[in-house]
Amino acid sequence: MKRAISKTELGFLAVAGLLFFLVLPALNALPESHPLHLTTFTLSLCGKYLCYAVLALSVDLLWGYTGLLSLGQCLFFSLGGYALGMYLMLKIGTRGQYHADIPDFMVFLEFIKRYPDTGGLPPHWLPFKSFWFAAAAVVWVPAVVAAIFGFLAFRSRIKGVYFSILTQALTYAACLMFFRNDFTFGGNNGLTDFKEILGFDLNAAGTRRGLFIATAVLLLATYGLCRWLTTCRFGKIQRAIRDSENRVLFSGYATANFKIFVFVVAAIIASLGGALFVPQVGIINPSEMATDKSLEAVVWVAVGGRGTLVGPILGAIGVNWLKSYATHAFPEYWLFILGALFIVMTLFFPKGIVGIPEQFRVWRARRAGPAPAAAALAPAGATEEKP
Amino acid sequence: MMPTHLFRHPVVFLMILAALVATALQSRGAGHRDILVQAITNNDVAAQATLIVTLANQPDPVVEQTLTAWRQGAVYILEPEDKPKIPFLLEAATDATGQARGVAVATGEVLKDADGKPLLFTAAELTAADTSAKLRRAIKTTLDVLALSNANPNVRRDAATKLGQEQNPDYLPHFRDRLTNEQFPEVRKALAEAIALTELVDEKPAVRLAAVRALDAQRSIAALDFLVRMAAEARTNQTAYSPEMSAAILQARGRIERHVATSNFIETAFHGLSLSAVLLIAALGLAITFGLMGIINMAHGEMIMLGAYTAYLTQNLFIHWFGQGTPGFNWYFPVALPLSFLSAGCIGVILERGIIRHLYKRPLESLLATWGVSLVLQQGMRTLFGAANVQVYSPSWLTGNLNAWDVVFAYNRMFVIGFAVSIVVFTWLLLTKTSLGLQVRALMQNRQMAACMGVRTDRVNMATFAFGSGLAGMAGACLSQIGNIGPGLGQSHIVDCFMVVVLGGVGNLQGTVSAALGIGVTDQILQPHLGAVLGKITVLAAIILFLQWRPAGLFATRGRGLES
Repeated sequence: MKRAISKTELGFLAVAGLLFFLVLPALNALPESHPLHLTTFTLSLCGKYLCYAVLALSVDLLWGYTGLLSLGQCLFFSLGGYALGMYLMLKIGTRGQYHADIPDFMVFLEFIKRYPDTGGLPPHWLPFKSFWFAAAAVVWVPAVVAAIFGFLAFRSRIKGVYFSILTQALTYAACLMFFRNDFTFGGNNGLTDFKEILGFDLNAAGTRRGLFIATAVLLLATYGLCRWLTTCRFGKIQRAIRDSENRVLFSGYATANFKIFVFVVAAIIASLGGALFVPQVGIINPSEMATDKSLEAVVWVAVGGRGTLVGPILGAIGVNWLKSYATHAFPEYWLFILGALFIVMTLFFPKGIVGIPEQFRVWRARRAGPAPAAAALAPAGATEEKP
Repeated sequence: MMPTHLFRHPVVFLMILAALVATALQSRGAGHRDILVQAITNNDVAAQATLIVTLANQPDPVVEQTLTAWRQGAVYILEPEDKPKIPFLLEAATDATGQARGVAVATGEVLKDADGKPLLFTAAELTAADTSAKLRRAIKTTLDVLALSNANPNVRRDAATKLGQEQNPDYLPHFRDRLTNEQFPEVRKALAEAIALTELVDEKPAVRLAAVRALDAQRSIAALDFLVRMAAEARTNQTAYSPEMSAAILQARGRIERHVATSNFIETAFHGLSLSAVLLIAALGLAITFGLMGIINMAHGEMIMLGAYTAYLTQNLFIHWFGQGTPGFNWYFPVALPLSFLSAGCIGVILERGIIRHLYKRPLESLLATWGVSLVLQQGMRTLFGAANVQVYSPSWLTGNLNAWDVVFAYNRMFVIGFAVSIVVFTWLLLTKTSLGLQVRALMQNRQMAACMGVRTDRVNMATFAFGSGLAGMAGACLSQIGNIGPGLGQSHIVDCFMVVVLGGVGNLQGTVSAALGIGVTDQILQPHLGAVLGKITVLAAIILFLQWRPAGLFATRGRGLES
């Protein structure tokens, strides 16, 4: 990480870039009769994985590099999704089930009685008629939430598992809030049935390709940003905080400010991922911010390898591909598989897929050398690492 | 001499017996059936109404059924030539063509044609027995009064309360009549209330005054609306109300309002306490594993679920052995409690030995691994018992409730409160009075030093974890008596449990107890104003803000270590 870009990483980036920017969209653009044609559905599925990869990077930035296990990243992911979803919702216009000017659920819930001045549209929805306002909201809403929560949490030096539990409580509270119909965000059903974005038909293959490429760009940009952040001086302090916060504090750094900054950056990254997730998947509802989703995001990082940048991307894509496959092929067993993944990865592969070669090397070296082998064989003791 | 002889003679004996049976039939069923038939077929409305009212003291369900049908126009009349009309009802079951058999009101038997085959009718083609507004009123009165003598005391109580609200003087004799025979204190209370309420509109001022005073003495909440209205009237229309009457009304209104406030307070306190008890029972195990050992056990909720399912299985076994509702069945719960403790405790030991032991130095990762365990356990239960909730029947001594100060105290809630108190005391004794408790506390304060002093940390860890899990299991058995049991049971409790432990401050029981009380009571105070969900959100937000002020919780364990 401290070295200049390595050959492996460069190779990985080249392959990924080629795949995401050229191959997949090109396969999708082929005529449908062509044997190599990639359906738009599959392309959007890949787009969803890439969005999750962005989310996984944000989790990794917090957990892998700063030692903050946030169980609230899905909240920020959903906030971004809701912000763009509101714009998409208003763009439906009169094409909804009720052919009204306002989104269907507002007609159904009789919002006209609550907001007669605006024709049933809650006032805070009004500015979301503009795409640019919605795009800005994707950034600033989660940033503000993260800044406030981060300020409260880090100022009183809440850390470790307490931080995890509090972020979980925050997400849980928000989830309950969004489930309410009164909260004006569609309650249980969330926002769905979108028609167009910036004048482009959302069901057209071309729009989907564009969105996929945009997601790939976002992923690459996030990767670049994280790489830059974690290798510069800031990244060193970040990792120092992870390994021994008190020493950093006593060396004169205001660790709380660093942590708030990282927390806000991670929130924005997650939110951007969520914003691109919504037009491709076509729905956003409160179940997307349920507590188990955040934990799932953490397991992607754990599977891929935390503290690396390639790991979370691999983990997010791999686990989600497995999920798509398993929930389809044997739905009964998916939770067993996921649960086993959690257990096996934390117990035996704390460094994830990316760390397996190194783990193997260490294991072989220990076995060959005269050093006592018992310690190396003990699953957890083998790779001593601070949380 | 004479009678004995008579009875010895078989024919005479049989004749007397037949006469006796006939009389019995007359008084038990045949009589009111005849009255019903007469009431339906009579042509004079006034006579019909009188007949209907005479039915008001017939407890036979046929009366209620026929009158209800009549009011809805579902009593039909067959008019055979040269014979009296035959009123009848249609059976609910129809055949493929929509036809149903008819049941004669007079006999309760199916109508048959000359060959003995049942006659079939279509409802639309029949003439229904007429009703007029006056008749419907009479029927309604009779039905309401019949409800007053229903076999179920709850129906009787509800009927009395409902009829009292109508302030209809016609009912007064029925109320009084009923009150002399009534045994159940609750129904007696409702009847007395209904009488007083009805007397509020009596013609005589003295009776009205007595009624107001009676309602005052009964602290009747049902009367509050009437009294408020009367007080307002008394202010504007002073001629109709004597000063004495006005004073009595105001006094009664004031006292009843205070009574309502008190009973609301008691109700909120009781609900708050019972919610606190649930939280406490669920969180106590977590306070042990998380607070004392520093283990994040995300599968804690699933330990609760395991306990609940153990209770369910025990119940099924007892149903199998004794049958449901038998005295033997009632014993399943005392057996289920220790079994739940054992089953969850055993899983706890496996979990600790298999997984958590390796993660003592990596608490964040123990969170992930135990979450994985919780997913596996949830899905396992779903595979074994299905995704739907399972039904756990409470033993009879836990069902029902106590009514005092107009507040309903459910027995199962009271049991939960008592149970919470007893397990807190038990845990406290275990931690402070036993050598295991001493070792646990030593380990908590300084793991390495404790190990150096010869505490077998491995074993203590295992025992503590098993104990914490076992407590969660008992919590599950306890929760099975007050809520639904499904694979998601644990998930619905886990966030609350962590909140209780974090708010209370890690590593001490008094913190957990106070936090559970605080959260439970606050939640119940907020709920009427904000609704269940918003109340919960407010509580969560309040906890996050509270931790600003005291980051280590209500009762922080003081230590000199930098990293605590």
